[in-house]
Amino acid sequence: MIQRKPLVLGDKSLHQVTEDIVAPVERWPSKGWVGLFLGAKTLFIFYITCIGIVVSVGMGLLGVSHPVGWGTMIITFVFWIGIGHAGTLISAILFLFRQKWRTSVARTAEAMTVFAVMTAGIFPLIHTGRPWLDFWLFPYPNQRGPLWVNFRSPLLWDVFAVSTYATVSMVFWYIGMVPDFATLRDRSKNKIRYLVYGALSLGWRGTARNWSHYEMLYLILAGLSTPLVLSVHTIVSFDFAVSGLPGWHATIFPPYFVAGAIFSGFGMVVTLMTLVRIGFPEFKNYITIDHMEVMNKIIMATGLMVGYAYGSEFFVAWYSGNPYEQYVFINRAMGPYAWAYWTMIVCNVVIPQLFWVRNFRRSIPVMFVISIFVNIGMWFERFVITVTSLHRDYLPSNWGMYNWTFFDSAILLGSFGMFLTLFLLYLRVFPAISIAEIKPVLGVGKEGAHHG
Amino acid sequence: MANASGPSKFKMGVAAIYDSEEKVLHAAKSFYAQGFRKFDAISPYPIHGMEEACGIKRSMIPWVTFGAGAVGLTCGLLLTWWTSAVNWPINVGGKPYFSLPAFIPIVFELTILFAAHSSVAALFVLCGLPKKQPPVIDLDLTCHKFAIFVPEEDFGFEFQKVEALMKSTGAESIKKTEF
Repeated sequence: MIQRKPLVLGDKSLHQVTEDIVAPVERWPSKGWVGLFLGAKTLFIFYITCIGIVVSVGMGLLGVSHPVGWGTMIITFVFWIGIGHAGTLISAILFLFRQKWRTSVARTAEAMTVFAVMTAGIFPLIHTGRPWLDFWLFPYPNQRGPLWVNFRSPLLWDVFAVSTYATVSMVFWYIGMVPDFATLRDRSKNKIRYLVYGALSLGWRGTARNWSHYEMLYLILAGLSTPLVLSVHTIVSFDFAVSGLPGWHATIFPPYFVAGAIFSGFGMVVTLMTLVRIGFPEFKNYITIDHMEVMNKIIMATGLMVGYAYGSEFFVAWYSGNPYEQYVFINRAMGPYAWAYWTMIVCNVVIPQLFWVRNFRRSIPVMFVISIFVNIGMWFERFVITVTSLHRDYLPSNWGMYNWTFFDSAILLGSFGMFLTLFLLYLRVFPAISIAEIKPVLGVGKEGAHHG
Repeated sequence: MANASGPSKFKMGVAAIYDSEEKVLHAAKSFYAQGFRKFDAISPYPIHGMEEACGIKRSMIPWVTFGAGAVGLTCGLLLTWWTSAVNWPINVGGKPYFSLPAFIPIVFELTILFAAHSSVAALFVLCGLPKKQPPVIDLDLTCHKFAIFVPEEDFGFEFQKVEALMKSTGAESIKKTEF
């Protein structure tokens, strides 16, 4: 029989597991953390300022105009929401598939989901141009008839999909943390910690009856999140696919977008996990190189799927015999935005192929650099889909370019400030690995383990 | 940390602390075999086989999920149908007023939304959460210790008998407590 590899290294006792995982929450922040936090926070404040200027002056500050009416806001919205999907894949889908290696990365991946969705959610709200009227997006009884929202519009489906996804992910994440908050509460040395973690733990006591309900709920939330996450990016792809524009109107979009979302999300998970391992060395025994290698394999597999979708789009454009459809793709690869297209191809299809080499899959510096390329490539994928399809459609008199401005760059860059600020705060105040989930899998891969 | 005022909703009883998963699982089986039914096992993480050992029935949360999902589905259908076909019908692209395929995303999301949040609410109700400052038997029970708590109201409760059974199953310490 093949011996399984241990999920946790270093032969830890239950008490050591608790000590290791809560250490970052209970000690003073390191200089590295403070430095990163101040940088992220400054960027976040810059972001808020830029959004404030765009909202008060108007959308004209951004590069959107005729014919490219969808720009940075939509591109970056799809980028962030896609990143969120890997967190749900790890926490829900891999849970249903009984992939125990997910245990150590699930909490942080899910935190990434929640923060990425929060970051993403801001963009469509500003994109409307009059964010103070965004409540019009919801079907509420009003004095205009009542005039209802158009339930046939993919943009409205998005409102429902993203708000369901955001709330369900947050609840799933929080419920997973309740037993660990109880651990922190019982370890608290002062009144403030006791009150904060006591309130967050909801008075959890870990009786067998409670665990029985808890495990059932966790399974159900995983089961509900799985179709939910697939539906969310399917609906995001409908924003494009349901229109009649060449380059957008494609039946391949839902699976293509979902694969791309998981690809980009795992890129971000690997970026963050390599940094977490560097910042909190005690986590190296839990987030092992084996776990990183598995994620890199997923990056490679989904990268190939995305590459297949790129090829398939070209084939279908040629096979359709539709000159407009064909022109869009020739224009993508050889037109004025060819640089963006080939950046996308190199980052998403070519560079992840390095992971065929085992040593690269297991090297922290190599995977960090590749994951950054994946992040860049996937942002460009959304740029290519959005901008190149819009800028030259049917009538040449209707052609134009996207007038990228300072505010486009500022908002794209600033969104990372928001995401990183939230993520760094999370690492300091919440246990970044699930203590209650890691303890039952301590025995996996050890001699004489009774089950695993 | 018991509540200072008012009659306590917590029960008096005897608790035994164990230092391993195997011991507490064995102890739970022993108590069940001796006819105790209201005792509870406390652990820092869910223990495989503990539900069978304590005779706990399958959680009813899935029924709540199903019911709430059905309600969500119905609400989604009623919302889209009533607003688009009854209250203010608008011709959009020549599609029927009640264009079901276009409403499926809305109906689906509302089904998930209702099912997920109602299931969480069910957990709160079934586990009595949130509990304000519940009595704690031992602070290490959320870290590396395990416990069996037998309330005085349990069938055939007799202090000597319970204590003897706790000792024979390898309890580290035994104390009278509220839980």
